[in-house]
Amino acid sequence: MSSPPPRHREKAQVLDETALDRALTRIAHEILEKNGGAKDLAFVGLRTRGVSLAHRLAAKIAQIDGTTLPVGALDITLYRDDLGMRGTPVIRGTDIPFSIKDKTVILVDDVLFTGRTIRAALDAIIDLGRPTAIQLACLIDRGHRELPIRPDYIGKNLPTSRRESVAVRLREHDGEDRVVIEEPEEA
Amino acid sequence: MGWTRKDLLTMRDLDAGEIVLLVDTAASLQEIASREIKKVPALRGKTIVNLFYEASTRTRTSFEIAGKWLSADVVNFSASGSSTSKGESFIDTAKNIAAMSPDVVVVRHSSAGAAELLARALPCSIVNAGDGAHEHPTQALLDLLTIREKKGHFDGLHVAIVGDIAHSRVARSNIHGMRKLGMTVTVAGPPTLIPPFVQELGAKVSYRLEDAIPSLREYARYWGLTLDKLGRHARPDVLIMHPGPVNRGIELAPEVADGPYSVILDQVARGVAVRMGVLLLLAGRKGGDGA
Repeated sequence: MSSPPPRHREKAQVLDETALDRALTRIAHEILEKNGGAKDLAFVGLRTRGVSLAHRLAAKIAQIDGTTLPVGALDITLYRDDLGMRGTPVIRGTDIPFSIKDKTVILVDDVLFTGRTIRAALDAIIDLGRPTAIQLACLIDRGHRELPIRPDYIGKNLPTSRRESVAVRLREHDGEDRVVIEEPEEA
Repeated sequence: MGWTRKDLLTMRDLDAGEIVLLVDTAASLQEIASREIKKVPALRGKTIVNLFYEASTRTRTSFEIAGKWLSADVVNFSASGSSTSKGESFIDTAKNIAAMSPDVVVVRHSSAGAAELLARALPCSIVNAGDGAHEHPTQALLDLLTIREKKGHFDGLHVAIVGDIAHSRVARSNIHGMRKLGMTVTVAGPPTLIPPFVQELGAKVSYRLEDAIPSLREYARYWGLTLDKLGRHARPDVLIMHPGPVNRGIELAPEVADGPYSVILDQVARGVAVRMGVLLLLAGRKGGDGA
């Protein structure tokens, strides 16, 4: 009943390896500045690429501040509002091996778009305990919000059209560090 | 690899990819059991009916907990104390329940094929929770999940299924599933309790006692598992599994059922995760009830 997804071609490169790393370094500094240090902070990355970004931010904070912050992985599939609309739900598992109670949780995602994923993530986190605060860090904010959600830390603001997509490619998954805008190939 | 089936009726129908998808999904859902708040909203607004025509403790409770942890509304129906005792037929009862628009019906019945009959008659998803001596797919799936969690893999493992194979839907479902995943299966038991079809399914057969249905005492002596027999014949890392209820002292010596090799309660714990996975994949399939 569903047609195959359209093929995408690369339209423009938004961040190269150096720029991506610089953006993460800046976010790490902003996190420390906003929270007055690294005390009681914890990272929770959204599966899949948000987890890798969370680990990189934690490594940067360890470099800058000498504090090793815990990093968890959150899968929000069970909290989505579109079950049955996207095909087989793939559960990759939530793995947060520390208590988030009385922590300031920095939620990390690669691309912020409609905000629905973050809405689901907020519900998922709050089901795991009561953090002091939740802050949101995104590598790319591409606009088109459908919910009142606003990031605290942004790697790059990137105005896009809805038909385009933003691909964050990370060494850990894709063998390269790069962010590109893609558009569907005309049939 | 996607899930496209409306129903989960047998292990025989599934291919290896579908079995692994079910086991993977269940594995990822296990962490919910260790949460402080054991509930996720995935099946909010879905209705699940447990239609049980046979006595069941583990399976019905397991499906009920699985549905509730996924936030579905779960309704239990048991044949006793229902219109069945007034003479209503199985299919009439089922059609009446279907008229109340459930998303999933979980059925247990003493007749083989009962689940398939419902799957053809009703528009909602059907899960076979045991039909006669035919199949019990979610038990096989939780056995497979337990094995993979304990052994780390399936390939090349050797499973002995011991006991009354002829009347066991669990054995049949497990033989189908295990063979598809590349495991070696040997069934062992008194010859009259080993049906001829097991070899066709790719299982090996081992008879150690000639002829005749043994008495319980004979059964326990020859087929009951004791620490002594395990010590002599099993690998040191053997797993002892049982779908319950255990006939203590006959099938399993208490030291075996409660001993270090036993993973019987792990199986039960994983049963909830398996049933969550099944309910989620059925209700979450594209164009399914969730659309």
